[in-house]
Amino acid sequence: MQIKFPFSRRREVTAEAWTVCPSCESQIFNRQLERNLRVCPTCGHHFRMGIGQRIELLLDEGSFVERDAGLESGDPLGFHDQKPYVDRLKASQIKTGLREAAVWGIGTIEGQRVAIGLFDFHFMGGSMGSVVGEKLARCFEAALIERIPAIVVSASGGARMQEGTLSLLQLAKTTAPLTRLDDAGIPFISILTDPTTGGVLASFASLGDVILAEPKALIGFAGARVASGTVGEDLPEGFQSAESLLEHGFVDDIVARPELRATLSRILRLLPVAAAEDGWQTTSETRGWGPIGVLSGMAERLGTAVSETIGIEVEKPVGEEPGATRRPREEES
Amino acid sequence: MSEIVLSELPPTSEAVEAAWRRVQLARHPMRPRTLDLVALIFDDFAELHGDRGFRDDPAIVGGPAMLNGRPVMVIGHQKGKDTETNIFRNFGSPYPEGFRKAQRLMRLADKLGMPVVTFLDTAGAFPGPAAEERGQAEAIASSIKLMTGLQVPIVVVIIGEGGSGGALAIGVGDEVLALENATYSVISPEGCAAILWRAPEAAPIAAAAMRMTAADQLELGIVDVVIEEPGEGAHEDHAGTATAVKQAILASLGRITRHDTEALLTTRYARLRGIGLVRETEAASGQLPQEPSLRRRIGRLLRLPGVPRRPRWSEIWPSGEDADSNEEGA
Repeated sequence: MQIKFPFSRRREVTAEAWTVCPSCESQIFNRQLERNLRVCPTCGHHFRMGIGQRIELLLDEGSFVERDAGLESGDPLGFHDQKPYVDRLKASQIKTGLREAAVWGIGTIEGQRVAIGLFDFHFMGGSMGSVVGEKLARCFEAALIERIPAIVVSASGGARMQEGTLSLLQLAKTTAPLTRLDDAGIPFISILTDPTTGGVLASFASLGDVILAEPKALIGFAGARVASGTVGEDLPEGFQSAESLLEHGFVDDIVARPELRATLSRILRLLPVAAAEDGWQTTSETRGWGPIGVLSGMAERLGTAVSETIGIEVEKPVGEEPGATRRPREEES
Repeated sequence: MSEIVLSELPPTSEAVEAAWRRVQLARHPMRPRTLDLVALIFDDFAELHGDRGFRDDPAIVGGPAMLNGRPVMVIGHQKGKDTETNIFRNFGSPYPEGFRKAQRLMRLADKLGMPVVTFLDTAGAFPGPAAEERGQAEAIASSIKLMTGLQVPIVVVIIGEGGSGGALAIGVGDEVLALENATYSVISPEGCAAILWRAPEAAPIAAAAMRMTAADQLELGIVDVVIEEPGEGAHEDHAGTATAVKQAILASLGRITRHDTEALLTTRYARLRGIGLVRETEAASGQLPQEPSLRRRIGRLLRLPGVPRRPRWSEIWPSGEDADSNEEGA
């Protein structure tokens, strides 16, 4: 028989108030963990982060406006494993307060307007089904229409098995708009957090013009269970870590969480959206590949100062200062 | 896409048996492979090797070929016939350099204006540490991206197993054809069973649940045409299968090449963008923070009583507990 002590209730609260760091096994007071951006103060282990906190970490306060919040998954296959898919969806919705594993919207980072998509791993392992794919595609299309940079913060196990090949084809659905962003001269920044694997890594997440990763994040194509089952051998330690990807040249940098916002802001300033005349369709034709094309393209961006020195006539946009084309995102906001 | 809900119940034993039979036929050791079909379908074929970066991956083959007097670029997964050739071909599971070879050939086709025909027959991209080190995910992703913007017609034929990202990497097309006993899935049935059922023996059930047969894929709108196989299956009659595939490719190219390049790319984009089931419901706008009035902003700043605090995003969507680490994806 269980004996109830008068202090048992308090003890229970104590147990919930602490988290044990899986990396250094030190006890962290939960409120301290939250204040420290869910980074272990002892060893710097990055705990997984929800979408809400991620928005507060990266975007200017109050600037985020969610789009397409009402999109919801159906059950196109009538999928049923040990539990029906619809039940799994509902359980995840209750657990996380989210409708789906991803959220997208428009916000600003130090005043620079961006279209941003974010994943929550706690919603069915951050897996990408039709709705997640749709949200990201819309995020990229909004970046294209508004001519603002696109950012995606990934945390996903991959494509959602419960939607079968419809999930698989989300790889193509989310990748197709990126070709248009290329033509339009709009940067896309991919941020990989723990864990980013499978179909998400094998599509847009690997295709950032700049790819940043959080320290020690698990990033790989095949999940450990799939890989060891197929290869049938023990896998080396850490071969799917952010550090390994940096070493092999697949990410640009590893950025600790406290510096992420400042780094992102700096990259956004250094990689401005290319100047466009009217819309993305015209850009690919007007931007030449030859040396003159490159020079004139540069001159367009830099304005008359350059055109005088290199002797190329640049048409000034009517009623605009020469510098205005350099920071087009300011006109949007 | 209209909503297709077939059943909310686990697949019946007949459905499981039927699906598993198709999976086994798709994996049949005597099934015609890419090079078998290429030899029977095309008048001429010159295989080109290497990704121009690391090495030649024998799990993907490709090169220019002549189809009824018209040049096309052929690319496909290549499995072996016996243990020896299967080891050489890595059982048809490409390394990143295989996908990079495919990309190189597609760029050549793009440059010369040749239509691209791809044959899908792989259990999936190889998942080992060496493949990871050389960027398996990046190779698949950039291959998919290249295909979404390729300015020539693309016909995809699933001839055996269409296994996950490794298949899709050369499987983005204007039309997708599938042999009757071919399969297409987001993950292998064994992998799905291992993750969702935690038992590899549940693979036949997983195969039925994922609806991976050609007929199911036609119904879902992923596949456009199902090509009938002769007799008991393609393994019985390679020549007959090749004739049927050739007819289907010619018909498909006839339909696609009617478009000019711009229409082709717009149609391909619309096709990809339309895939999946998405329900638009009322937005949960009540939760969303609104632009606050000046009084509220000052009140909040000075923490005046009676001014409600705007909920923080982390309160609307709190971080979940960290214990949850189950893989749900592929």
